[in-house]
Amino acid sequence: MTTDHHHHPPEPAPIERRVAALEQLLTERGLVTPDLVDEVNRAYEEDIGPRNGAQVVARAWVDPEYKRRLLLDGTAAIAELGFGGAEGDHMQVVENTDAVHNVVVCTLCSCYPWPVLGLPPAWYKDPPYRARVVREPRVVLAEMGCRLDDDVEIAVWDSSAEQRYLVLPQRPAGTDDLTEEQLAELVTRDAMIGVARL
Amino acid sequence: MELAHDLGGRVGFGAPVVEDDEPVFHEPWERTARALVYAAMGAHPNPTTSAFRHAIERMDPGHYLASSYYEHWLTAAASVAVESGVVTSEELETLAGGAFPLARPEVPPQVDGSGEQRFAVGDRVRVVAVRHGGHTRCPGYLRGRIGAVTRVDERFSLPDVEAHSTQRVVEGTYGVRFPARDLWADADPHAFVHVDLWDSYLEPT
Repeated sequence: MTTDHHHHPPEPAPIERRVAALEQLLTERGLVTPDLVDEVNRAYEEDIGPRNGAQVVARAWVDPEYKRRLLLDGTAAIAELGFGGAEGDHMQVVENTDAVHNVVVCTLCSCYPWPVLGLPPAWYKDPPYRARVVREPRVVLAEMGCRLDDDVEIAVWDSSAEQRYLVLPQRPAGTDDLTEEQLAELVTRDAMIGVARL
Repeated sequence: MELAHDLGGRVGFGAPVVEDDEPVFHEPWERTARALVYAAMGAHPNPTTSAFRHAIERMDPGHYLASSYYEHWLTAAASVAVESGVVTSEELETLAGGAFPLARPEVPPQVDGSGEQRFAVGDRVRVVAVRHGGHTRCPGYLRGRIGAVTRVDERFSLPDVEAHSTQRVVEGTYGVRFPARDLWADADPHAFVHVDLWDSYLEPT
């Protein structure tokens, strides 16, 4: 360390070294067990991601009774397909229509429905999206490639408490012949956050 | 004035930077840092999500805005470990071979909470204007603004209390709808912001 003559805070050690230091100390103190890093992360790398949410959306498109249950009690209807757990215990599903487009954000941190979408992408966690999408959603959506007519109402959902949100996109035209599995292939993560239309 | 993390409505930021085919983790250290939060919270005397979030919110504002999501998680994990007496700042800096910035000390606010569920769907409510200095889930951009209750959700523990103590105040939460024009004069006339708020954050109009 150099002496700080100019009263600037010292440069932090490289992030990899800070992580390694804390990992080593917490391992010595018995708080990090050998499998912990894999245990908390592996499911999100291998199993839990937007394909889960896509199955929910496709089911809602083909089964009106399921869609009714999904909009009434998202947590229970999503659990019917086997999805639930951390950050998914209180789910609200919001439906896009010709007149209303929904988009989800967490301005205070990065709350996100893990069981149906996995862990959030970097842009969802970074300041530009969190700061701007509540104040100028139509502009931000256009920047992200989602252009909405001026008379389409935009509903922005700021996940500030315990509810987590999933957008139910509109089913694309010309998909009447597709199976539920084929429909699920069309559903993207961004459409379920509300920053894209299908 | 709001803490750095309370970003809703702030101006001056550019377009979101979208990465195609983004991996779950960009670097191995991110994967480790995420796990270290779970490890460090194991030593916390009051291991709540609220306490973890507030450890991030107590980061120096310049550090918060200049660092990535998983650096926030690392800083919170290290701060919790130091504050819980499991490791020392000196040990961390010696092993890291340089400075290891931590969150600023916690200053617990005086919050009683309503402990009630006073509102119903259709009620017009005003968001309380005054902010305390601790953890809250009431976004700064709503202070003093009027909205309409659109959903009455379950009762939950008030984060403003549970972040700072082992006490719990359980009260109603609501979905509340605000016309964007009522929040920002230059906002889109066809945009609405829905925010989920605890009973204590609201007052009757």
